[in-house]
Amino acid sequence: MLADVDPAGLRLTNLEQLESESIHIIREVVAQFSSPVMLYSIGKDSSVLLHLTRKAFFPAKIPFPLLHIDTTWKFSEMIEFRDRIASELGLELITHTNPEGLDMGLNPFDQHSTYYTDVMKTQALKQALDAGEFDAAFGGARRDEEKSRAKERVFSFRDRHHRWDPRNQRPELWNLFNGRVNKGESIRVFPMSNWTELDVWQYIHIEGIDVVGLYFAAQRPVVKRDGALIMVDDDRFRFEAGETPEMRSVRFRTLGCYPLSGAVQSTAATVLEVIAEQLNATRSEREGRVIDHDSSGSMEDKKREGYF
Amino acid sequence: MTADQSIDRSGISTCIDSLVETFEHRELLRFLTCGSVDDGKSTLIGRLLHDTKRVYEDQLAELSAHHSGVQGSDLQVDLAWLMDGLKSEREQGITIDVAYRYFSTARRKFVVADTPGHEQYTRNMATGASNSDLAVILIDAQQGMGVQTKRHMYITSLLGITRVVVAVNKMDLIDWSESRFKQICADCREFSKRHACVETYFLPMSALHGDNVVHRSSNLGWFDGPTLMEHLETVDIADDVDLRHFRLVVQNVIRDGQGFRGFAGTVASGIVRPGDTVVAVPSGIGSNVERIVTFNGDLDIAGPGRAVTLTLTDEIDIGRGDWLVSDPTVPLRAHKLDADLVWMNENPLKGGYRCILQSEGGSTNTTVTAIRHRVDINTGDEQPAASVGLNDVARCVIALDKELMFDPYRVNRRTGSFILVDRLNNATVGAGMIVAASSPWDRTPEPTLIGTTSGIEGWERSIRYGQKPCTVLITGLTAAGKSTIATALERELFDRGKVSVRLDGENVRLGISRDLGFSNPERSENLRRIAEVARLVNNQGLIAIAALVAPDAEVRARARALLTPDRFVEVFVDTPIEVCRVRDDKGMYAAAERGEITSFPGVSAVYDRPTEMDLRLDTSVRSPQQCAAAIVDLLAARGFLRG
Repeated sequence: MLADVDPAGLRLTNLEQLESESIHIIREVVAQFSSPVMLYSIGKDSSVLLHLTRKAFFPAKIPFPLLHIDTTWKFSEMIEFRDRIASELGLELITHTNPEGLDMGLNPFDQHSTYYTDVMKTQALKQALDAGEFDAAFGGARRDEEKSRAKERVFSFRDRHHRWDPRNQRPELWNLFNGRVNKGESIRVFPMSNWTELDVWQYIHIEGIDVVGLYFAAQRPVVKRDGALIMVDDDRFRFEAGETPEMRSVRFRTLGCYPLSGAVQSTAATVLEVIAEQLNATRSEREGRVIDHDSSGSMEDKKREGYF
Repeated sequence: MTADQSIDRSGISTCIDSLVETFEHRELLRFLTCGSVDDGKSTLIGRLLHDTKRVYEDQLAELSAHHSGVQGSDLQVDLAWLMDGLKSEREQGITIDVAYRYFSTARRKFVVADTPGHEQYTRNMATGASNSDLAVILIDAQQGMGVQTKRHMYITSLLGITRVVVAVNKMDLIDWSESRFKQICADCREFSKRHACVETYFLPMSALHGDNVVHRSSNLGWFDGPTLMEHLETVDIADDVDLRHFRLVVQNVIRDGQGFRGFAGTVASGIVRPGDTVVAVPSGIGSNVERIVTFNGDLDIAGPGRAVTLTLTDEIDIGRGDWLVSDPTVPLRAHKLDADLVWMNENPLKGGYRCILQSEGGSTNTTVTAIRHRVDINTGDEQPAASVGLNDVARCVIALDKELMFDPYRVNRRTGSFILVDRLNNATVGAGMIVAASSPWDRTPEPTLIGTTSGIEGWERSIRYGQKPCTVLITGLTAAGKSTIATALERELFDRGKVSVRLDGENVRLGISRDLGFSNPERSENLRRIAEVARLVNNQGLIAIAALVAPDAEVRARARALLTPDRFVEVFVDTPIEVCRVRDDKGMYAAAERGEITSFPGVSAVYDRPTEMDLRLDTSVRSPQQCAAAIVDLLAARGFLRG
């Protein structure tokens, strides 16, 4: 029966193996939980996660909704992209903004980024998860993104207050994921834990996945602030004394609220060029994110509070 | 930012294409690093990351700010510090869990499972090892092989890792001594003899200075083997994949609402192609694979590790947890399993613990019924134990409320593993590797064994002997009169020209069951052997008469199932225990009451009174001959006797 089969041809490449493992995890969540949701951040990792999810249930539709926490300060191009993808793929998309934060007029220019992120992202996310009574929430986080994530589980347990306790995580062995929770508790699921940034880009290339144009270099108006290049995305931008926007060829390695997302100078205008840049990369990915630099270990503090 | 980061747009094109192409075809290798606190494990990983250019500039910048003036090595960074992740751990100066690190070369991408080296680490190492293809065990060249090394080797082998690199580190501190290196290798080989099937590569190294990690060392000119990186890049990781037996455990049933019905899961072993015959287990219903459906189009073939969706040519009932297999002798099935358990909870495990067993096929309520022995992970020795503590390894008996389909762990890591989950707080408390079905009743013969068929037909034998084969099980308390009735029955049948074989429990114990005692499992095994002999006897057209206590109703039911219910007659010799005691000329009741004989049914052990017997006989009111006649009448009425 095996005479005509070349075993070498059956070996999975790194990307095929990552894809299969992620699909297995996504399917496992649907089998184990009653009410999952996917956190959709519009970024490249979310785009890959969405693609993997479509694959996991093909030809059926994705059997759970997507949730986007909208701080109202995302790049306008992100919101256009989100709405276009949702309508093209016929997705069930929930968007939520923290109404209290909105009423208070919070913005990333006036408020300290820690406070702003807590109210507009962390608290907003908790509100939306509570409202939907979701018992599992998918995220596109990867272990290679940031040091504190190296030890994160694929199934990450959160208590009734959505808090993460690094001392009370379940051991995770083989491909067996313990998704049992009591009422009010939940699991954050990271199907792409073992992907690296380079894997993500290569997969986007191979699969032809649509991502926001901001990932590719173009002439954009930016100001240099505290060593970071911040894009002037709309007229809400608060210039400081002496600041004027200048046009530079930049792209983004990660996307979030535009005043908090630093651009990198680049000429990589296609997926292939981005990959080529990656292969030569000398600076790590989250560098452009202002929030990570607040204090040493700040990502971990945020995670304990329930940030994704 | 370095100069090469800004890319000359005119210089890219075909060059990038081929580079990207190369990277997209890389394989993934997962490995585990184990070493004690001072073996230089974190330094090694830091070195691998650094030398493969994975240490980014800004991480380095952060480091030099954090550690102003690190001294010592040629690197102005502390490679070990780079490996730490969580803030609280960093403050304590220890890592307490498994951390995963990623780096890659043009040939492979690597996932490193880094586990701590301190005392309480079995749980973490088992976790890291569970998904690893290979283990790198570090030994400090100054210390040689220690207790920790033995532990690492034991857990590596327990978790089924067959490729090991023993990296003898800090060679710089022993003046790159070849003889010392060879001595350490010899010590390791001597110890690892007991772990069969492990392929070990010994390597002298200095992680701190980078000798033999990525780059070859001029200090170790006497060693001509590949460096660690060369070994990791080239070691064959697919050679132990079973391509012969297709197995897939169904995760979800996919329906699109328009008539599509596919079975989603990950191929655990073997290959599958459209047109292949598959059997659904446990139902045993066969069908053919119609399509291997994926988002990117149907596949012609799928192999191990691939997540697929299969459609079948027939509408058969299949749900989550069912298996699709090419060979119906796969998987094994049992209610009771022997498994090696790594205990991961502060509360010790005791016999009788109720929990949830989660395996590839789903979850089942389970009891850990017994602890067979605990393993001293430093020596591999087995010791009796009443409980199993955190980080202990023990062989346990697991009883499932629902029959489990499984493979032994050594056959398939994916389908031979499970976790135990606490029912109250949902914690993952243990990790298990299935050894075999606990009870010999459940054990499946080697699939290569095929019985031969007789050239004589059953009807021919039936005409010759004037009977149809059956088994009469005569059960009851000691001294109830079972053997006497069996003998009388044998005589009666003989006189009528019938052919029977008498299998008396005590006679059997003089021979084929000479190795058995009188505990419940041993009584069960004695009945199993008698039942198996009765089956052979029945197949030859003869009537089997089995007379033994057979105190356990569940075991009697298994005998009935083995011999098929319509050929099985259960006779309960219901003699009052007082009468038995009087008849007992060997004084066994008295001895049991004095505590001299343990597990004596009716006195110090339970005798399950039959409730669904075919015949009940009370020898206090009937003679053995009358009893035998009653059995013969029943056999005649059931059509087993002709004329």
